[in-house]
Amino acid sequence: MDSALSTLISIAFHGVAYAMVLYLISVGLSVTMGLMGFVNLAHGAFAMAGGYLALTLMNRAGVPFFAALALAFLIVGLAGAAIERTLYARLYNAPELDQVLFSVALIFMAVASAKFAWGPLALPVPLPDYLRGQVDLAGHPFPTYRSFLILAGGVIVLAVWLGLERTRFGAQIRAAVDNRRMAAAIGVNTSLLFTCTFAFGSGLAALGGALGADILAIDPTYAQSHLVFFLIVVSVGGLGSIRGPFFAALLLGITDTACKYLIPEFGAFFIYAATLAVLMWRPNGLFGRAA
Amino acid sequence: MAEAALETVALCKSFGALPVARNIDFRLPVGARHALIGPNGAGKTTFINLVTGRLMPSSGRILLGGADVTSLAPEGRVKRGIGRTFQINALFNRLTVLENVLLAVGERHGVAGDMLRPAGARRAVIAEAYALLERLALADDAGRLVRELPYGRQRLVEIAIALGLEPRVLLLDEPAAGVAAAETGLILDIIENLPSDIAVLIIEHDMDLVFRVAQRITVLVQGAVLVEGSPAEIAADERVQEVYLGKDSHG
Amino acid sequence: MTAAARLPQPPAVRAVLTRHRLRPIEALPWVCAIAVYYAFPDYLALGGQILVMTLFVLSLDLVLGYAGIVTLGHAAFFGTGAYVAGILAVRGWAEPLSGLVAAGAAAGIVGFLTGLVVLRTRGLTLLMVTLVVTQMLQEAANKLGWLTGGADGLQGITIPPVLGLFRFDMFGRTAYLYGLAALFIGWVVARTIVHSPFGRSLTGIRENVTRMQAIGSPVFRRKLAVYVVSAALAGIAGAVLTQTTQFVGLQVLGFEMSAVVIIMLILGGIGRLYGAFIGAPLYMIAQDQLAKDDPANWLFWIGLFLLLVVLFARGGVLGLADRILPRLRKGGDGG
Ligand SMILES: Nc1ncnc2c1ncn2[C@@H]1O[C@H](COP(=O)(O)OP(=O)(O)O)[C@@H](O)[C@H]1O
Ligand SMILES: [Mg+2]
Repeated sequence: MDSALSTLISIAFHGVAYAMVLYLISVGLSVTMGLMGFVNLAHGAFAMAGGYLALTLMNRAGVPFFAALALAFLIVGLAGAAIERTLYARLYNAPELDQVLFSVALIFMAVASAKFAWGPLALPVPLPDYLRGQVDLAGHPFPTYRSFLILAGGVIVLAVWLGLERTRFGAQIRAAVDNRRMAAAIGVNTSLLFTCTFAFGSGLAALGGALGADILAIDPTYAQSHLVFFLIVVSVGGLGSIRGPFFAALLLGITDTACKYLIPEFGAFFIYAATLAVLMWRPNGLFGRAA
Repeated sequence: MAEAALETVALCKSFGALPVARNIDFRLPVGARHALIGPNGAGKTTFINLVTGRLMPSSGRILLGGADVTSLAPEGRVKRGIGRTFQINALFNRLTVLENVLLAVGERHGVAGDMLRPAGARRAVIAEAYALLERLALADDAGRLVRELPYGRQRLVEIAIALGLEPRVLLLDEPAAGVAAAETGLILDIIENLPSDIAVLIIEHDMDLVFRVAQRITVLVQGAVLVEGSPAEIAADERVQEVYLGKDSHG
Repeated sequence: MTAAARLPQPPAVRAVLTRHRLRPIEALPWVCAIAVYYAFPDYLALGGQILVMTLFVLSLDLVLGYAGIVTLGHAAFFGTGAYVAGILAVRGWAEPLSGLVAAGAAAGIVGFLTGLVVLRTRGLTLLMVTLVVTQMLQEAANKLGWLTGGADGLQGITIPPVLGLFRFDMFGRTAYLYGLAALFIGWVVARTIVHSPFGRSLTGIRENVTRMQAIGSPVFRRKLAVYVVSAALAGIAGAVLTQTTQFVGLQVLGFEMSAVVIIMLILGGIGRLYGAFIGAPLYMIAQDQLAKDDPANWLFWIGLFLLLVVLFARGGVLGLADRILPRLRKGGDGG
């Protein structure tokens, strides 16, 4: 009885930590796809870049953990802006197939570059000492880093939500997701908005990739092998939605963790089956706008 | 009372909180020439979408030739004789004009699902499609890609596709919209020369055209029928003038 | 009314009447394929794989090029066919031709069942669903190790001689001709469909679904039909691969497989039946030459190449030919 309970707690705990990572990575994808209608399959590459960058800064240059996170966010965000301006922007009105091909091309290039630069193996994650080990909460031992992940993830999520709700930038994004033409008509500079959103989304993904390196190991195939999970979060959460993917990430994170604990012999099979069922039942996702 | 080619009974539709069809009772007799007019956003296109099955009504019924088709899929309604054009061209842009019409004629002949015989062996289908193009003065453009045609010619292709279905009920959604005045006459000729057993419902803003074609006119305002009558009655109706002069004077 | 007899024949009509007729140039792929058999006996193993991929790409062209269904999961059918052929062979049903039929049927059934789901969606959801279906199958193949060999792949496949006569030899001669025969049959099927009224209606669906519905076309049924046919052809391609290489691995159900088959199609030219015959050989030969020592960099270059194609050269090789040939001809006339 007691061990069943502690298993449940453990699943929920690890599931939530995992969900935070999934959400941080995917929220930018949801917004950019909802905003620009761009099928960006290469979004995971930004998370991967964040992971490589942060880990390399820590491993090689001895940059402290938090500074490395901040740098990953900034640098990948800026790179995102540059890539958006030079490449993505050319394809906003292109056929869906072109967008798919383009992002597949980016994935391939990212995978190949990562392998070239860092080799085929996953990078070690050098956590600072104060984030190692366990913490005791109400008599339960919890891994410190996962607890930190939940806390940090929660803070970032709240900050993002508040930011989107309270700031002019956020209002513009929400308006443009609802109706891009209308937003342009009332004087929103949509092209600048797209760039900023893309940059911010890429930065968040980088942060997610770096923070989550302990859960989703940083290796060259990252952008490709986790793509389905990011897309599940976005499509189940509801394209263009900001909060929807959060709940979808929780659902996915906890279910996947539970499956791995309880029925490892089936792997991710049920996740995929459940996703299909959900999308059949609600093609626009569980938490998206009904349309 | 003559058999109605198309009839709607208490047809309602809302988009969320916005009602766009309110209790529309509408009757289109066989062979009718009927115009549906009303300001932009009145729900005219929505009405056609409801009738053709592109949209599902919130409540009410739709009858085609007396048979209830309310829950029938769009393709089933086409089989029962509905043909339509779109307010904004919906064509096969990268196919030729002839191929555009061929697709419609092929569907009507029931051969379009055939995987085995070549399409080029269906001479009857091809001959019929080409004859239709000749009738609409499109034969010279038969081999051109639709997207290369000027908009006015594309509007004719819209009509050609609909006529390729040999509909008993033809719904024309602003057929002359975006067409130069010189070409409007061509469209008018086509409509006036349609076989008399086709029931035609035409949505149009060009009042000259409406008054030349229509035997009866229905005025739709905010999703509801304001008034229905002969052209003379509509022209004299004060409420109609109010709607048009009051709201559309800026346009 | 029977105007058919005295149908006037301006160019537009003649084009429609004659489009399905065989042209001499259509013999070219087959002549080349047979020439390769005699000219490059050392490359027949690669040649056989090229033929398999050509069939796979051809099957995708039906769905993507003609019906306009952008799928990221065509490997699902290729992989199903590959595994079914392999499992049958390992479990005692090794006769290749019936194995091919069984694999095609199995892939067709998977196509039917998943098509019921996939084809009700569109856009991003469709991409998602096709991707998820493939991953699900790959995960199943991965976890059902007792049946599929799991991550190690399915080994111990031995295939008896085709028709009891032609042994699969170590030079890949039989394999090559076997693949060629399968491709030929696939080509006949695809070509027949493409030129049929059904095939034309697929183009209509690709160009404008709304209009197709408005002319009374049962769009969903049409898409499902082509999806099933395409899945079966892809399954046969997968089965040929298994039977001729006597091995199946998880990568036949991978994302990369789905992506690469799209790339090959784009490379050759999409929606034109012969794109497959150009894209698959070009890609495979380039890969063979360039990627031998360095598969990672190969991926980079193919990515970069794809990027450039998307940005600057839409229409693939055949599209380029379309644009360049008339100019050359014009130039020739002028001179
Ligand atoms: N798919 C839709 N979703 C929400 N609102 C719609 C949709 N289609 C039309 N509307 C709204 O319904 C009203 C009627 O539109 P419509 O039938 O196109 O008018 P009309 O053809 O008379 O100009 C308009 O206010 C329009 O904005
Ligand atoms: Mg309208």
